[in-house]
Amino acid sequence: MTPLAAEQALDRYFLEARAKLLDIAAILDRIGRGANASAVENDPRLVRIREAIAVLGDQSGGRAERIQRIFSLEYEPGWRMPEPK
Amino acid sequence: MYYIDPHIHMISRITDDYERMAQCGCIAVSEPAFWAGFDRGSVEGFRDYFRHLTEFEPKRAAQFNIRHYSWLCINAKEAENVSLAREVIAMIPDFLDRPNVLGIGEIGLNKNTPNEATIFQEHVDLAMKTNELILIHTPHLEDKYKGTRMIIDMLKNDRRVDPARVLIDHVEEHTVRLALDGGFWCAMTLYPTTKCTPARAVDILEMVGTDNIMVNSAGDWGKSDPMAVPQLIQEMKHRGHSEAAIRKVVFENPLKFFRQSHRWQEWEIPEPSRDEVPAETQA
Ligand SMILES: [Zn+2]
Repeated sequence: MTPLAAEQALDRYFLEARAKLLDIAAILDRIGRGANASAVENDPRLVRIREAIAVLGDQSGGRAERIQRIFSLEYEPGWRMPEPK
Repeated sequence: MYYIDPHIHMISRITDDYERMAQCGCIAVSEPAFWAGFDRGSVEGFRDYFRHLTEFEPKRAAQFNIRHYSWLCINAKEAENVSLAREVIAMIPDFLDRPNVLGIGEIGLNKNTPNEATIFQEHVDLAMKTNELILIHTPHLEDKYKGTRMIIDMLKNDRRVDPARVLIDHVEEHTVRLALDGGFWCAMTLYPTTKCTPARAVDILEMVGTDNIMVNSAGDWGKSDPMAVPQLIQEMKHRGHSEAAIRKVVFENPLKFFRQSHRWQEWEIPEPSRDEVPAETQA
């Protein structure tokens, strides 16, 4: 499956990306405008949002997958598995 | 374009949804057993639910020439009640001769707890003893990555399991390769806010290809869209993907997976519709 040429993809999805970035900016402003904004500043959810935003500015690809992992609990190898019967 | 929605909870949808789905080309659905929004009180509650899935929904779907298949289990959320879960697992074989049952599902993990893992393994034991296909629910949001890996650990730890007879559902960017690399089938769920959008699902197809992968709406009693698969079809067309690639993902792949069920009965598969045939060969 061949993806769209980059220029076509940019033409087609530019306005959508712009709108979604504005939504994120407005959500962060909304949180910041609320009472006791400083109390949530280090909430782990906001920390993850900031980490995810940093991924957006990185050109090395795989951004969606990397952001998924930021919002994921770590796997614990060696967990106690039930045995098949 | 004909399509199959391989994961949709029609019990929580209205008859008009069947009609609209049929109008958009849906010719079959499969409905896994899931949580009712509250914990059911007894094994008899599940018996009634399984009757609904195997008697009433096939009739309601047939009014619109949609074939209805189902999967049976007790879902992971209710697995914390281990004794009830065991009673349900013991009762499931009463329904395994029903013609529309494809296998055991949607089993899996929800919060990745030890009880959920125990009951998941006991469902797998049942499926292995009865030679059933398995449909797997992977957890939501932050639990998905860890839970998907735990599920795959358990499946790989069980030598009886043939990954080609297991479908791992609700895969996203960070779990799709775990499923495919393990030799499992997988499915992406097009569901608002918490799962994939049609655009992201097409991105994933562009990255991993169209083998052993399908898409579903998981339409249920939450805010969800039973017309999500047609939206994916539109997104694929919009990006210039071939009719053959679209048909493979939304029709041929689910059919190929379902056909492995030992109860499967062939039905007349409609020819590709006119828009799927290259223009130069159209009369
Ligand atoms: Zn479901």
